[in-house]
Amino acid sequence: MNRPRQLSCLLSSLLPGLTALPVAAAETPADSLSGGWLAAGRNAELAGIILCVIALGVTAWLARRGRTPRLRSLPALDAIGNALGRATEQGTPVVYITGWGGDMARPTTMASMVILSEVAQNAAGMNCRLIFPSHDPLVASVAQETVQQAARTAGRPDWYRPDDVAFVSQSQLGYAAAVDGLMARERPGAVFLLGTFEGEALILAETAHQSRAVTIAGTDSTIQLSFLLVACDYTLIGEELFAASGLVAKDQTIAAAVWGQDWLRYLIITTLLAGGALFSIWGFNLGAWLTG
Amino acid sequence: MLRDWLSVGVAMAAGLFMTVQYFLVSESANAAYRTVLLWMQIVFAFALIIGVIGVLRIHLKKLSRPGSGRIYSGTLLAGAVLMSVFGFSGGIERGSAFLWVFDNLQAPMQSTVFSLLAFYVASAAYRGFRARSMESAVLVIAALIVLIGRVPVGEWLSPHIPESADWILNVPALAAKRAILIGIGLGMIATSLKVIAGLERTYLGGR
Repeated sequence: MNRPRQLSCLLSSLLPGLTALPVAAAETPADSLSGGWLAAGRNAELAGIILCVIALGVTAWLARRGRTPRLRSLPALDAIGNALGRATEQGTPVVYITGWGGDMARPTTMASMVILSEVAQNAAGMNCRLIFPSHDPLVASVAQETVQQAARTAGRPDWYRPDDVAFVSQSQLGYAAAVDGLMARERPGAVFLLGTFEGEALILAETAHQSRAVTIAGTDSTIQLSFLLVACDYTLIGEELFAASGLVAKDQTIAAAVWGQDWLRYLIITTLLAGGALFSIWGFNLGAWLTG
Repeated sequence: MLRDWLSVGVAMAAGLFMTVQYFLVSESANAAYRTVLLWMQIVFAFALIIGVIGVLRIHLKKLSRPGSGRIYSGTLLAGAVLMSVFGFSGGIERGSAFLWVFDNLQAPMQSTVFSLLAFYVASAAYRGFRARSMESAVLVIAALIVLIGRVPVGEWLSPHIPESADWILNVPALAAKRAILIGIGLGMIATSLKVIAGLERTYLGGR
């Protein structure tokens, strides 16, 4: 059995719904299984997605059966409480920024919203003002709901101020200028920079540092990560942002996804080592074989 | 409760469809994908209208209250009104008042904000490059080699400096970058799958 056919059979057995989807009129189901309706050159990606589904499904199932993973704490997450406490003591607000680079469809923004919920709950409990300036009206809408819900959960629905969670501007530098001005006027005690950032990252981080705020950052942008690492007090590096959202979520099933990611990481490391060894010893190109 | 379940159902169906259509060669799936992209643009356009109304409402409220921030709110509102008038009355083509204001006010102001980055890089580099620990010392040495290796004087001092700079960028830096990217990719896939499975519901506003 050739590889595309193997993958198609594997896919058909794992995702039965897929076989029920419309196929081109000229194709029969038999043609479909021979790979006729599967996009060429995406077999490795498909296999990767299936492996991810299996790993995350198994870890979620194990978590539901009580096999909870032990997750190490992240210094940046531990610092959230202290940063909020410091801002409360000083009587200054905290500013939460998800960056200019991400919209609501980006998983990084979703992960950031989970952390926003936790920050907002703690801020509401401490009666510390939270300001969320957004570059995207959809992100602003979700953030409004998130902060409002967090205030209700904390038992302080009156704490929520709709004007503090608002859309600012879609222009990158207009947004940076607006948030800079906000930080210069309000002098926040803590600034959270968690999301996808572009050129505005360092402008915001440095302004936050100059206003003597505790800065907690995290991004999936590898270019901006280096700036945030040197400019901020605590930084979540890449995947730690997603892990942090799993850690702050009270649901063990969601936290188990971090465990699943670890399994996948070990698999990738093993594949990389095996690929290197196979190529060095026998000249076999595992990468080319996997991508067809 | 019904609204939440409906939202979760739509998100699950849309997520599953977008994943599946990526792997399919089907004209109907492609047509549906293009339609969904159009819907997204329409939804975003309406969200933008709501966002702009929100901005105007907030600044009108600030303008009516005494305080030092009134001048900023007034400037924003004046700008919004003027640009709307210029745009709707004279268009946005070359030679229009709208484009003149954009080229002569908006663009220089954006350049000004962007130019701040040079000073912020220097200030952040100063803090980051203070060799307080072994890691900082390694960072300083690597940064110095790359900095000198990227300018003509590096080649003049020794041909090994540009070679070392290239090696730092292409081997250890790239390896670390790829490791971070793999982790980010896994995190993104995990988050997306949690949304499709209905476990992650932050898009509902934390409910």
